[in-house]
Amino acid sequence: MNTYKNQPVVGLFITCLADLYRPEVGFATIQLLEDAGCKVEVPSQQTCCGQPAFNTGDFKQSAAIARQTIEAFDGYQYVVAPSGSCISMLHHYPELFDEKDPWKKRAEDLKARAFEITSFLVDVLQHSLSPSTFNSSITYHDSCSGLRELGIKDQPRQLLTQVEGVEIKEMQESETCCGFGGTFCVKYPDISNRMVGNKTHNIVDAGATTLLGGDLGCLLNMAGKLQREGHDVDVRHVVEVLAGMTDQPALGETKSTVKAG
Amino acid sequence: MNITSPDFKENARIALKDVGLQKALGNVKTGFPHKRATAMERLPEFDQLRDEARDLKNHIIEHLDLYLEAFEAKVLENGGHVHWCRTSEEAQKTILKICQEKNAKTVTKGKSMVTEEINLNEYLEANGVTPVETDLGEYILQLRGEHPSHIIAPAIHLNLEDVSETFHSHHHKPKSMDPAVLMQEAREELRNKFVAADVGITGANFLVAETGSSIIVTNEGNGDLTQILPKTHIVVTSIEKVVPTLEDMTLFLRLLARSATGQEFTVYNTLSTGPRQEGDQDGPEDYHVVLVDNGRSEMIASELREMLRCIRCAACMNHCPVYGAVGGHSYGWVYPGPMGSVLTPQMIGIEKGALLPNASTFCGKCESVCPVRIPLPKLMRYWRRNEFEKHLTPKTSRWGLGIWGFFAKRPALYRQLSKLSNATLRALSRKQARISKLPLARGWTEHRDMPAPSGKTFMQLWADKQQGQNKPQSEHYS
Amino acid sequence: MSKAEILGQIRRGLGRTGATETARNAVSARLEAKQANLIPARAQLPEKACQQLFIEMASEAAADVIELKNIKLLPKAIATWLAEQDIHELVSAEDGPLSDICKQLPDTLHIRKGVAQAGDLASLTTAFLGIAETGTLMLYSRPDSPTTLNFLPDNHLVVLNRQDIVGVYEEAWAKVRGLNQGKMPRTVNMITGPSRSADIEQKLQMGAHGPRRLAIFLIG
Ligand code: SF4
Repeated sequence: MNTYKNQPVVGLFITCLADLYRPEVGFATIQLLEDAGCKVEVPSQQTCCGQPAFNTGDFKQSAAIARQTIEAFDGYQYVVAPSGSCISMLHHYPELFDEKDPWKKRAEDLKARAFEITSFLVDVLQHSLSPSTFNSSITYHDSCSGLRELGIKDQPRQLLTQVEGVEIKEMQESETCCGFGGTFCVKYPDISNRMVGNKTHNIVDAGATTLLGGDLGCLLNMAGKLQREGHDVDVRHVVEVLAGMTDQPALGETKSTVKAG
Repeated sequence: MNITSPDFKENARIALKDVGLQKALGNVKTGFPHKRATAMERLPEFDQLRDEARDLKNHIIEHLDLYLEAFEAKVLENGGHVHWCRTSEEAQKTILKICQEKNAKTVTKGKSMVTEEINLNEYLEANGVTPVETDLGEYILQLRGEHPSHIIAPAIHLNLEDVSETFHSHHHKPKSMDPAVLMQEAREELRNKFVAADVGITGANFLVAETGSSIIVTNEGNGDLTQILPKTHIVVTSIEKVVPTLEDMTLFLRLLARSATGQEFTVYNTLSTGPRQEGDQDGPEDYHVVLVDNGRSEMIASELREMLRCIRCAACMNHCPVYGAVGGHSYGWVYPGPMGSVLTPQMIGIEKGALLPNASTFCGKCESVCPVRIPLPKLMRYWRRNEFEKHLTPKTSRWGLGIWGFFAKRPALYRQLSKLSNATLRALSRKQARISKLPLARGWTEHRDMPAPSGKTFMQLWADKQQGQNKPQSEHYS
Repeated sequence: MSKAEILGQIRRGLGRTGATETARNAVSARLEAKQANLIPARAQLPEKACQQLFIEMASEAAADVIELKNIKLLPKAIATWLAEQDIHELVSAEDGPLSDICKQLPDTLHIRKGVAQAGDLASLTTAFLGIAETGTLMLYSRPDSPTTLNFLPDNHLVVLNRQDIVGVYEEAWAKVRGLNQGKMPRTVNMITGPSRSADIEQKLQMGAHGPRRLAIFLIG
């Protein structure tokens, strides 16, 4: 894969939350892709994947956004995002169009090219990471869409074992929803709070220094709860560790507690 | 029963603060999922059986009219009766009429969610027939004047103390905190009722078209005593329960107990085929099957058709984190959890059931455990779409979505909006890297902090970088 | 008429007016073929292994399995089992060897034939089959084996011949169809262990409404 002749050209789907909250996640993703021999571009016509509209039942709006995204990523061999949830949404696009609609085929085509970053590195590129170190014990939250719609479970763990110094301490119920659920957390705050409370309990019990995951929505939710409860657990997107980009403070922190080697 | 689904949020809020309920719900979370996982591990073919079960159910629904006719013909041939009922009211009247013809004073009842659905107990009682629930959980609830909070473990919301208290006040025996003693009390109380009942009403887990049989699956044996002791047996069930042959029923039985309680097989799987036969010394003299539609046949035309595959195993609610947090009663009608969030709007109307399909993070756990692979999140989304199109979605959501959509469809403006939000959030965080109060997101910040953006937006930094400006990484909290 | 309306609504949903020829054929073919679906490998075993599996699974389901070399040992085994429970009465079915067996039981035992009554302490029946897959007994109703015997008494004693153990449910259905020229008995009971309930705080208790104990006397 590292030959430049057949260099895969990847369009980065940045995702709203990485764009808004944590640009480092975007840069880490680009670095991982470039290390794996890809040429990365960031199409400027992209916005959101449309999931808020889709899950509110506004299929017309979802379809409009889907068409825009399909066009924005036309011609890219692959579309990669640091989020299982947004990529799952891209995989839902075909459901938005009738059999006869020419967009249906284009949506199917996009679906076939769209991958979450850890799954892209492991399943598509079969890539081994460049040497890096992260001296910390970590615990991993399996975000729902990635896990159940895209089958992402071993890929991030497989990559993490390639990072020197990482010790994985699995939490109980790592596959249980953290209660984020997009707009769910503001529509049903009390229930969401109970769910994230159960989650932080399991995270703290695992006794790891750092919580990692592949979806910023869930990570912001868990980080916010851990901080409100006063727990000292760093929260990061998994790509930051995989790319060795852990100089910046963890989510919602002012200084970095774990130093990269 | 009183429908409180429109108050889901308030119900949930109260449930979350109910210490006893929360303790009881803890038992669901640790018990059923673990047992199901063990049962699955012991049967390597489990997932293949699920595929076959899904396909077979699809085949049945595509031929539902014909299998129902075949079933009816067999029941008649065996000397039984079949009653077709479109609505709850029709079913209530039909059942009452049979009871009255038999001069029935009391009827014993095996566990049946369809009789809950048609509100049978209240109706019979109002018309001078006393129903006696015999499933231990249902019996406890009947004494307490409550409804089931779970489709296979009806009293799962109660703790030992609650049952102890209830029995003490109804059985006039010394108060006991020993579950074995309490069960013995119920056994003794109900024994005479079984014998004295004029009519026995059970549900059916499946109806077999080949033989005209109904089957019930119970661990207690109450369903059997209900159907063999009285002179009349009425099976109250719904139209989607029919299966072609005994072999086909077997496919579902292999999945049912394992998905439900994690048992290898339920203790009693009993096939009933018509009334007492010549020379038989016991068994009912009359066998009636009441087939309830209640909105099911309408589901065939829509995406909801897939819901008709449901075999009522309860795996979806046993694994649902929302159900686990708020319990079954919060859902406000007969069917709770993910399967209820799909079925209830169909049966009580989407106007009343509107909140239920929204009360899900779409985590997908339910679909991943469903033995007949019903895409429950997709079907909840079907309702959300329906609500959106009928303008039932709350106005604030619609406006918010409209404004957001306006920007999302205009990339350049969207960039500006992200930039603005980013700058605002960072300003609000006052270099604290997190925000503990955010006026427009109180639902969030009431319970947790909001991490602040770590720098400018990615798109800003990327543009800067493309233009040769460097060091995007070091600009924290600039 | 409700029936016509329900069937009509179903057909509208399926996008057809009546039953098409193809649909009819598909249904009668399936009803006719009685074909097995996927059968798990677990109980597709040689005879001996099947019998062993039955014993294991029934024991796991909390049944008491008492193995006897031949039927001659049965009266003594029944008497001992009842004595251990301090039970001095028995209500029995009348099929197969049971009448004979009852004659050989001790005089101190009060024996009745026929249906069970509330308050009966123990019943004796035969089982039609044992199903190894889950340690399940199959019984069916008939004039000389009333069904109340299987549910009302506190203890259910069942006689099962070792050669009547089959591997999987499908084999059992084939044999059920062989009874009474294919006419189904009024009831077929599949019984896997004694009655139980976990309705009080999810704590499993034995003996809810059916028998508290299930004793299987396995002959041969
Ligand atoms: S929807 Fe599926 S998991 Fe839920 S009760 Fe029905 S069959 Fe079971």
